[in-house]
Amino acid sequence: MSENQTIPLPEKEYVTLNLGPTHPATHGIFQNILKMDGEIIISTEPTIGYIHRAFEKLAERRPYNQIAPITDRLNYCSAPINNMGWHMTVEKLIGCEVPKRAQYIRVIIMELARIADHIICDSVIGVDTGALSGFLYIFQEREHIYEIFEEVCGARLTTNTGRIGGMERDFSPKAWEKLEYFVKHFPEKLQEFENLLLRNRIFMDRTINVGAISAERALAYGFTGPNLRAAGVDYDVRVANPYSSYEDFDFQIPVGTNGDTYDRFMVRLEEMKQSLGIIKQAMKNMPDGPIYSPDVPEFYLPPKEDVYSKMEALIYQFKIVMGEMDVPKGEVYHAVEGGNGELGFYLISDGGRTPFRLHFRRPCFIYYQAYPEMIKGSMLSDAILTMSSMNVIAGELDA
Amino acid sequence: MIATQPHIEWMEAVTARLQAEFGGNILSIEQSYDFPVVVIAKQSLMDVLSFLKNDPDMGFTFLTTLCGLHVPGYEGGEFGMMYQLQNMQQNRRLRIKTYMPESDLDVPTATNLWPAANWMERQEYDFFGFNFIGHPDLRRILNMDEMNYHPLRKQYPLEDLGKHDKDDAKFGR
Repeated sequence: MSENQTIPLPEKEYVTLNLGPTHPATHGIFQNILKMDGEIIISTEPTIGYIHRAFEKLAERRPYNQIAPITDRLNYCSAPINNMGWHMTVEKLIGCEVPKRAQYIRVIIMELARIADHIICDSVIGVDTGALSGFLYIFQEREHIYEIFEEVCGARLTTNTGRIGGMERDFSPKAWEKLEYFVKHFPEKLQEFENLLLRNRIFMDRTINVGAISAERALAYGFTGPNLRAAGVDYDVRVANPYSSYEDFDFQIPVGTNGDTYDRFMVRLEEMKQSLGIIKQAMKNMPDGPIYSPDVPEFYLPPKEDVYSKMEALIYQFKIVMGEMDVPKGEVYHAVEGGNGELGFYLISDGGRTPFRLHFRRPCFIYYQAYPEMIKGSMLSDAILTMSSMNVIAGELDA
Repeated sequence: MIATQPHIEWMEAVTARLQAEFGGNILSIEQSYDFPVVVIAKQSLMDVLSFLKNDPDMGFTFLTTLCGLHVPGYEGGEFGMMYQLQNMQQNRRLRIKTYMPESDLDVPTATNLWPAANWMERQEYDFFGFNFIGHPDLRRILNMDEMNYHPLRKQYPLEDLGKHDKDDAKFGR
């Protein structure tokens, strides 16, 4: 090779970067194969399905009451909302009216779950910008919520709470005590968290105009929940199609304008306050009465003393445990406002003891496909932030 | 005031419009719980969906979900697709269903109307094996690429075949 000969440089070379499947920054099992130009993302190829458990197939062989534990494992950050959504779907199918007290208790539990879900998402946005302190402070409150769940149903994360036709048990005095403690102390803790991030210059620089999506694109991509509201569309299932007495409560639906990471953060922050307001109203106006519908004894385990002394109760106990409840034919869709969007259950019953077909409308499965478009042209660190602000939960994504 | 239940007159208006536009391709319209359900012939699927999306009177601009169905006993309509649309302004929902025989699982893609349909259709391809004509990237999404069957079809039993404690008879079928 002569000294004067020049080596031609390649025109442009991209780097392929494999982010995931298990990467500490992605908070779940997501794989993204990124094509990078320096630190700028050119294109993204997401691969999902790493924790696919075929829930839609599993549900076809389970009696209706045994499907509730499956729903726990969809969005496991707000499992009670999924449980209640499922119970309400079956109640719609069998035409069961749930007593008011049970509906209010459900509202309290669902709103607690929403707060827990938003705490995780918002604090993790902070963590991904490098602000760990807020996460550490606010997670104490999530612990208090889980203690309430533990008091109500015995479980913390995968709650399997509520039953078709009502609630499995009323709140114990201890649960009320814990709930009152939480309601009293949460606002100041939330304020503390807010002060750490809300007007923090570094946080604002990292999140404003990062991962933005317009309202038109968000609707085209089937966004729902806080991500859609951050883009400026005031769609909330709790208001559009009220379920479980949400029409009794007075609350605001916060909306953003830019649909960027900061707006998503802000919408969730405000929703936590609104949820707290709903919980307070529900506690104040809690009606008396039964906590399950007397019309559907075939779905509600009778008290143990009745099982040992009454024939009818024994029969129902046996039928429930063996999964022998017959359900009418029908086809229903019921949606609830989950932690990250409209969680829908499309259920077809052919009159058997298990669903003929059950389809979950999983909000984050639908909106995660906009992720490549949202991070195109942004930096890798912003892509991480965008993903955490979208609140993509692996369990729900892969079902 | 937002309507929470579909109004009868609105249902009748939609029914009349759909009948006028598509006539014989509308096989049935009924109310299933709180939902109007329209069963249509497969060849008019795209026309109906784009009409519902683009017509200003209809305004079903949001695709809530879609899913596949497998009904083994239904002669000539063993497989089905369900599309659920939403009119957010007027807060109305509508379900479109179409059935097709097992020999012809070609379905036109809805990705041209809604980008959201992309992964939903990939999922139904993965589960049932529908061939979405015109889909930009029809690959499996949740299961591994090497899988050579479509697991949500009813011929694949969930339970171990050696076990008899979960016979169909015991599930009321």
